[in-house]
Order: sequence, then C-alpha cells, then structure tokens
Amino acid sequence: MKLEVKNLEKKFKNFTAVKNINFHIDSGQTLGVLGPNGCGKTTTIGMLLGLIKPSNGKILIDDENFENLNREKILSKFNFASPYVELPKKLTVKENLEIYGRLYGVKDFTRRIQEVSNDLNLSKFLNKKTGELSSGQKNRVSLAKSLINNPKILFLDEPTASLDPDIGDFVRNYIEDYKSKNKVSILLASHNMKEVERLCDQVIMMKEGEIVDRGTCQSLIDKHGRNNLEDTFLKLARNKNELE
Amino acid sequence: MNWNKIYGLSLRHFYLIKSSFPRILDLIYWPSIQIFLWGFISKFFTLSSSYYNNTVGVILSAAILYDFLFRSSISYNMMFLEEIWSRNFTNLFISPIKIKEIIAALTLTAIVRTLIGMVPAALLAIPLFGVSIFKIGLPLISLLLSLYIFGITLGLLVTSGLIRFGPSFENIAWASLFFLAPLGCIYYPIEILPEWLQIIAKILPLVHIFEEMRNILINDIISYTQIFLAITISIFYFMLGVAVFYISYAGAKIRGTLINVGE
Repeated sequence: MKLEVKNLEKKFKNFTAVKNINFHIDSGQTLGVLGPNGCGKTTTIGMLLGLIKPSNGKILIDDENFENLNREKILSKFNFASPYVELPKKLTVKENLEIYGRLYGVKDFTRRIQEVSNDLNLSKFLNKKTGELSSGQKNRVSLAKSLINNPKILFLDEPTASLDPDIGDFVRNYIEDYKSKNKVSILLASHNMKEVERLCDQVIMMKEGEIVDRGTCQSLIDKHGRNNLEDTFLKLARNKNELE
Repeated sequence: MNWNKIYGLSLRHFYLIKSSFPRILDLIYWPSIQIFLWGFISKFFTLSSSYYNNTVGVILSAAILYDFLFRSSISYNMMFLEEIWSRNFTNLFISPIKIKEIIAALTLTAIVRTLIGMVPAALLAIPLFGVSIFKIGLPLISLLLSLYIFGITLGLLVTSGLIRFGPSFENIAWASLFFLAPLGCIYYPIEILPEWLQIIAKILPLVHIFEEMRNILINDIISYTQIFLAITISIFYFMLGVAVFYISYAGAKIRGTLINVGE
C-alpha cells in the first residue's frame, strides 16, 4: 500500500504546526521521520491516522484521497504503536489483544493472537495483566496490538524508547523481519539514529513544521559531510540555514 | 453497525469489571448506602407528613429511580474516562470503529454497570423498609427506560465536553446530575417550584417521570400521556446529545485535542 502526502499543512489558531509538507512511502518501504521535539512529527502522524483534520493538503492512499475513502475500511489496514499510548492496564494481554482483534475485524483473532504472541515472545504473559508487565514487555504487547490486523501501513512512534539495548535490538530485528516478510509500509518516528539507519529506506528531517531535508541515510550523511546520521541530525536541528 | 466491534468494545468494560472485586463492590456500595439513607428519611416522612401519609416508600422509590438515573449517567461517563485514564484513547480512536458504534457500545454496557449496582439496592429495600419499587407495576419499565435514555444523554453531553476540553472537564462529569436534580422534582411535586421554573422543569423528562411515579404510588392512577411525554422528551434529548457528541468529535479533530487527550 502506498501513502502519499501532498502540501499537508496544519494550523492551530496563529500557530502552524506542519507547513506544506510532501512525502511518500512506497509499498514495502520504511520512511524515517526525524526531528527535534515539537517539530511537527506527532501532528503529522495524527493527521495520517485521521485524528487531526489537516488545514490544507491531501493524504493519498494508493492514489485515492483519504477524505473520499471509507474511514473504517482504511483504518482497518493501518495500525500504530507508541510507548506513549498504552493499553488498559487492568486487562490481561490476551484480553487486550482480543478486543483489538475484534475492533479491527480480524476473522480468526485467536489464531492471530497466538501468532503475534509467539513471534514477540509474549506467550507466557498472555494471562498476565498488562499493567504488571515490565516496560520492555509492555512495549512488545503494544507492538503485538499494532500487528494484530496485519496492517498494510504501520505507524511506529519511537518503538524502542526506554528499552534496554537487548530488548531494543530484539524489537528492531523483529520489525526488520516482519517488514521483509509482509511488504508492509512503515512510517517510523524515532530519536534513535542507529535504529533509523538500520530500518529506514528513506528519511525526512523536520524542523519547525517543515521538511528541511530528505534522502537515504547515507546520502544525507554524505551531503552534510558528517560521519553518521546522529551528527547529521544535530547539524540540521541546530542550524537550518546551513542547509540552504 | 458492526455488532462484533460493539461487542469487542463492550468486552473491554466487562473484563475491567470482572478483573476487580473492589470495582464491583464500588458499583453496589453507593446505591445501597442511598437506600439506607433514604429508607430512614422515607420512614420519618411517612410517619410525620400528611402528604406522604399511608404512602409508604414514595420517597424511597423516588430515591431508587433517581439513583438509577445517576448510575446510568455516571456509568457512561466512567467508561469514557477509563479510556482517558488508561491512555488508551488514541488506540481506540484510530481503530476502524464508527462513532455510532462507540456510542452504542457505551450505551449497552452502561446498563450492565447500572444494574449491577441498582438490582441489589432495589431488592435490599424490600426486607429492610418494606418498600418495593416493583409495586409501580409495568409502567416501571417505561419510567426506567426514560430515565436510562436521559441518563445516557447526560453522559453523552459530558463525554462531548471531555473530547472538547480534555480531562479538565472531569469535574463537570460528577456535578452534571446535581445541577438538574432540583428541577427534576424528584422528592416534591412540581407546584413547589416558582412558576417560571416550572416552565423550565417541564421541558425536562425528569419532572414527568417523578410526577408519574407519585401519581401511581399515591393516587393509583396511570397516565400513559405522561409516560409517553417522558419517553419522547428523553429521546429528543438523546438525539441532541448524539449530535453534540458528533460536533465535539469533529471540533476535536480540527483542534487536534484527540491525540493528547490522555496526557
């Protein structure tokens, strides 16, 4: 599934959170969205998920305008995971996954719960309350929820934030593997540059609501004469004028 | 409407109730306390008031019906607040569920929460005070239906405020029913109100419900016109509540408040 954004803009009263941005994610590709806090990443994801109405511009799904498509049909092909959005803590992992299996209209959700929980090493926690899990386990449950419907487009907001290196590596391996097997398009917002280098085919760098640069990780590193993506990010985040 | 999705969302609340004994106890505790309090007040008035003479339990019946309204509304609000408190709000609103399915799920689940609290309380009143709400007979179903629809409507208006203003609107959730209670003529006839307030009271379903309850229990007369009026007014407000919810949702999408409502 292809996602394209054309001249997307969001204004809140006198403040423009996202300014006329353009990008696309081809089927099976991963786009990294980088930028300092408050640069418009969350607002952009909110618009793509239908939580925020854009002030201007278009979101195209397989060349069709999101606004003209059946909202529920499209959302059943999307999913989202973020450590800042949680699942009900008093419910068991299995109950949470069952509920989202039903909400996403997954036909054989019992089998799907088994699959994702096996893949993410969650089988032994299925009957445990979500609130009793460690942050690494909760993070994997959140990822399991985001995969319950076999999404065609997956939105990941800092999927490995606050995870120890071992679990972080496990999650990155899993995303990489899942992507290669399922041809899913992924939008990844992250502050972990090594993660972005490893997982993303293309990257856009945002600052103050605008896209200030884009390309593959290597092309950006080369273009700005830095040794790695982190240094490139710092250069872009600290001085926009150096780009122009 | 996709009933599997409605069932899925209802399950979320059933699982929550099932998972916690204190939560079940909380649902039963408050209505039961109300029964004790109003049971003794009712007994006192029965013995000391000419208006309530020989009509044991009118006040207690009114208290039970009012609590039914209160619990319906609070149940609806609580289920919505649970999504905010658990920071599950974004997950819910990005899932492919229609707004009308969310409303339907909360409406259907609220009745279960309400009945968990109200059935023991209503049954408790029979041996403790010799008062049975079931003496109202078949019209009781219509009165409860009208109260339920209006309770859900208040819930819808409060949740619309939560979407519009965020969790800071939470206090209004608790205060909403107390605001309308004086106009509802729950424990006294409408004639007690000044004339200008009577006009306002009559455009609410509560006054028709509680006047009809007294009519049945004191005069042993059933006014189907009054019952019909109560249900019609409740349905009107319910439709208004649904419209306000949709408007708030659309407004929240423009203001971007849906994405951080749990924070």
